Amino acid sequence: MNKQMKKLFSVTLAGVLAASCLASCGGDSKETTAAAGTEAAETEAAGETTAAAGETEAAGESTEAAAAEGGTFLIGGIGPVTGGAAVYGNAVKNGAELAIQEINAAGGVNGMTLALDFQDDENNTEKAVNAYNTLKDHNIKVLMGTVTSDPCIAVAERTYEDNMFQLTPSGSSVPCTQYENAFRICFNDPAQGGASAQYISTMGLASKVAVIYDSSTSYSAGIYQNFAQEAASLGIEVVAAEAFTADSNTDFSVQLQKIQEADPDLVFLPIYYEEAALILKQADTMGMDMTFFGCDGLDGVIGQLGADADLAEGVMLLTPFVADASDAKTQAFTKAYQEAYGDTPNQFAADAYDAIYTIKAALEQAGVTDPEIDPSELCELLKPAMTQITVEGLTGTMTWTADGECNKEPKGMIIENGSYTAIE
Amino acid sequence: MSFISFLISGISLGSIYALIALGYTMVYGIAKMLNFAHGDVIMVGGFVVFTAMSTMQQPVWLSILMGMVVCTVLGVTIEKIAYKPLRNASPLSVLITAIGVSYLLQNLALLIFGSSSQTFQSVVSLPPIRITETLVITGETIVTIITTVVIMVGLTLFINRTKPGQAMLAVSEDRGAAQLMGVNVNGTISLTFAIGSALAAVAGVLLCSMYPQINAYTGQMPGIKAFIAAVFGGIGSIPGAMIGGVLLGIIENLSRAYISSQLSDAIVFAVLILMLLIKPTGILGRKLNEKV
Repeated sequence: MNKQMKKLFSVTLAGVLAASCLASCGGDSKETTAAAGTEAAETEAAGETTAAAGETEAAGESTEAAAAEGGTFLIGGIGPVTGGAAVYGNAVKNGAELAIQEINAAGGVNGMTLALDFQDDENNTEKAVNAYNTLKDHNIKVLMGTVTSDPCIAVAERTYEDNMFQLTPSGSSVPCTQYENAFRICFNDPAQGGASAQYISTMGLASKVAVIYDSSTSYSAGIYQNFAQEAASLGIEVVAAEAFTADSNTDFSVQLQKIQEADPDLVFLPIYYEEAALILKQADTMGMDMTFFGCDGLDGVIGQLGADADLAEGVMLLTPFVADASDAKTQAFTKAYQEAYGDTPNQFAADAYDAIYTIKAALEQAGVTDPEIDPSELCELLKPAMTQITVEGLTGTMTWTADGECNKEPKGMIIENGSYTAIE
Repeated sequence: MSFISFLISGISLGSIYALIALGYTMVYGIAKMLNFAHGDVIMVGGFVVFTAMSTMQQPVWLSILMGMVVCTVLGVTIEKIAYKPLRNASPLSVLITAIGVSYLLQNLALLIFGSSSQTFQSVVSLPPIRITETLVITGETIVTIITTVVIMVGLTLFINRTKPGQAMLAVSEDRGAAQLMGVNVNGTISLTFAIGSALAAVAGVLLCSMYPQINAYTGQMPGIKAFIAAVFGGIGSIPGAMIGGVLLGIIENLSRAYISSQLSDAIVFAVLILMLLIKPTGILGRKLNEKV
């Protein structure tokens, strides 16, 4: 009897363990199932609000009193203001607010005053969709967001259903703009991977490259795949490609040792700054002296390193914005940003700033003057307008193709004396 | 050469698992319940020390002491509120309650500290030992291994040589009979939780020193891995937790090095399943026949 009980107990144990493992390993998958439940309820709720929107009564609390005679045009924003990717979300929020203040001070867009309603998604797919539903309740006309790729893909499904115009400042994964209503300011992941390989080749930085990437995010895996392809065609040898996943993102000693043995000229890190900070620290402990090269995800690594910020010295990034660039536009933006938020703007702040100016340019091109316009009608006007406009932004001179991709030149930067400096 | 270096980093990872596994195995060995919230008590310990050190500017020893006190109180409180009412319920109910407590702690930490990773300043100032150019043993690893061995020996002595320790043994063998013999069963189980949680605080500090970031989920994966280590070494056996932890760290790192860096977690779990199939009591686990 007792033995049987024990056997039963150990089997249950194994079962529970497997279940708890699933729950923790597949953080995302768990959330999707949960989301499936809540979504049904939410679509219903959303349906009601769209109906109510027709009667215009529910203009939303966040619209405040329409200041200008032209009324207030409400732009929705979604991004991680808290959580592991909070650096990005806050930068986007601040950059967008700055642009809106400037535009409103200069008389608004076609007589309309712009306003931003920014919701937190903690870089979580389910929360991003909830945030979008909240924003629809608040009667937004266009969506500037979301900031990170995976939530952006999820929200893009919703905006496509609603035919809501979506412009993501920094959602770099390809499917973020797979629908015709979605556009982006940043490069997409393949473009970042390819551009990184080209940059390394053109600048003669390395002929042997090692890569550490996160196989559990579409951002990192996407960049890596295209980097590998482009590197092969440019004659750059990838001597080691080491992966990690969200569940094993603290100990990189094995990956670093294998890279050390492969003896590359440069280590490519197409990952986010949190893991990058740990990698830099562990590489330092192991006595590795390597050149690290990353994409826009590395922006923020200096802050994450805290007291060990000097470890970031010499790290190179490929990103379209550098805060200390010499052109007047960037200098004015950096100064205004520092005054307003006490922080040096990163690429995400610039992307968001450009996103708001892009929305302005598109609204002007389409001749929109009614702030209470139906979002779906507006989307039909903005889609063709996007392919016609050229925006001289902080992140370069941008034009768009109908598939939502932005054309502009990437810039390289290097971390020197604790700040990001442009590579001449 | 590279094998030795993979081995060393495996031992370093394993020493953390071993330290956490000690808490798991002790609570299981005596209270006969799996405290799945152990990993999250570790996270709480880490956060208390982090707050004491960075926000309150306290010295390291005082911060660790504060962490231990807070965790002890937390552990005993959890036991009183969540587990004690279920003392006679089926093991499964207690297990599910423990998972609930685990999520509660995680979400409380999210609420208080937000979900951003904070940078944890290592409490270890020991310089790394460089055997050769590429063979490096970090100060954190040395401190963790020493701490784990000291705690292991200390716990074994405590259980075998002291009166409360003997009471724990008695409770673990037969709760009813122990009570008849005048052992305070509830008090003994509370003491077990108190010690286990204080150990969790120490584990939390060393975990966050080795991988210098902390967030609400810091304790989750190491907690699960340490549980596997405890089962692997023979749950309930204190030296078993040490052996299981170190072996698991080595298995994980070698599979990451020689098989696949993406599959290493899957391999670790596969090892657990194999172990349960072949020797359900673990490496040092005893078959308890006393109760038949």
